[in-house]
Amino acid sequence: MAAAIVLIVALALVRSVVDNPRFEWGVVGEYLFDGRILHGLRVTIELTAIAMGIGIVLGVLLAVMRLSPNWLVSGASSFYIWFFRGTPVLVQLLFWYNIAALYPKIGLGVPFGPSLVHADANTLITPFAAAILGLGLNEGAYMAEIVRAGIISVDPGQADAAQSLGMTRLQTMRRIVLPQAMRVIIPPTGNETISMLKTSSLASVIVVTELLYAGQLIYSVNFKTIPLLITVSIWYIVCTSVLYVGQYYLERYYGRGARTREAGPLERIRKGLFSIRHQP
Amino acid sequence: MSGPMVKAEAVRKRFARNEVLKGITLEVQPGEVLCLLGPSGSGKSTFLRCINHLEKIDSGRLSVDGELVGYREEGGKLHELHESEVARKRAEIGMVFQHFNLFPHMTARENVTCAPVRVKGEPGDRARAHAQELLGRVGLEDKLDVYPSQLSGGQQQRVAIARALAMRPKLMLFDEPTSALDPELVGDVLAAMQQLAREGMTMIVVTHEMGFAREVADTVTFMDDGLVVESGPPGEVLGNPQHERTREFLSKVL
Repeated sequence: MAAAIVLIVALALVRSVVDNPRFEWGVVGEYLFDGRILHGLRVTIELTAIAMGIGIVLGVLLAVMRLSPNWLVSGASSFYIWFFRGTPVLVQLLFWYNIAALYPKIGLGVPFGPSLVHADANTLITPFAAAILGLGLNEGAYMAEIVRAGIISVDPGQADAAQSLGMTRLQTMRRIVLPQAMRVIIPPTGNETISMLKTSSLASVIVVTELLYAGQLIYSVNFKTIPLLITVSIWYIVCTSVLYVGQYYLERYYGRGARTREAGPLERIRKGLFSIRHQP
Repeated sequence: MSGPMVKAEAVRKRFARNEVLKGITLEVQPGEVLCLLGPSGSGKSTFLRCINHLEKIDSGRLSVDGELVGYREEGGKLHELHESEVARKRAEIGMVFQHFNLFPHMTARENVTCAPVRVKGEPGDRARAHAQELLGRVGLEDKLDVYPSQLSGGQQQRVAIARALAMRPKLMLFDEPTSALDPELVGDVLAAMQQLAREGMTMIVVTHEMGFAREVADTVTFMDDGLVVESGPPGEVLGNPQHERTREFLSKVL
């Protein structure tokens, strides 16, 4: 009965999508592989990859700092997390985009001493760099909490055993604790990556021609708003699907040695088709 | 010169308000097997963890093979050792835990080779050959590439013993190595430990296995409430205890 209702609703939806000419599927097909859209897609992927890379590295660093016995070190980490989680990422993006108003020149030097190298903030922080900084530094705060949860989930006996064998704290963390923490860290990190792929569309407000902004630039000229938003959505959903499959195989790799193993997404699809074919 | 392997003088340790060790004094000679007995909460495991500096002592002196544990003495003052020096000294002391604490993301052989390769910088093929030999000695030559979750408790504990031995330690600490095992699996683990004792390893064993203490130990030390109550050859302490507390404890476990 429930299955019948689901089927009827699904059919109705499909019919409305196919019948309604305002979807303009022809236009969607026309722009799906348009050079500007594909370039936007590439920027989106780059933005996601670099920002997540920064987020993960920063997250591990902040998590290890947060668990340090030194209060100054753990306090600095807590402050960072508090600050970057406490303000909207859109606001942070706008801040980085306008950083030149705050610090016209950015340089490396001795605190309160001479500056060694410096550059004009406007040339150094391009819109793309501002997006990377805004998204990456914000992500670091969230990843820190995910990594910390993973580290805490590992039995303290593991660190005892590693240290009794003569490993230093850093070796213990790298060889013994983090690989086991991965099982807890990977699933939310996969979610974060998928979320980042979508959040990167916020960079459109600081004129980074990522996927959404590329679509917006086209429909601001030809007014085919809905078909272009559909085109953009198709690419987002293709990317998130690829990430979902990748996440499964990463989880399986870090779950080695564990007792249970569930069927993978590809396996499940194969089994699903098999069971449909063999229904009496 | 051959002094004692372990020497403890008035060792004290407290966790917050709870004083767990109230002045432990004892010596273990090279090649000696010492069994630590006592009711739970008497401080046996804490004392064991102090010996390789997994716990820091609050006062007293504790040395292994003539060197202070976790500290360096200079001009009559104690200086805490740098973490890497503590680690280097720990590498010479093997420890076996109640809950095995095998690394679940590594096979049996990787568990054994991990520390020699990472800590001592032993070449991989030599470490693997040594691991194979050690796992063979504890009767697990056919489990080299198996993950801990596929092994029984007794097999896991024997891998843990091989893992500790791979560092060629001069002292082995056993923290209730058979307490988490099903009764029928205890025998194999005790046999591996007895074999080790016969080969001359210096061992400190926290245990409730009276049979093992009687047969294998050179010295049995009974602890209660953070203090050593009595100590001596197993025949005397187990057969003819002098203190009321010891008699009471033994009447419950025997």
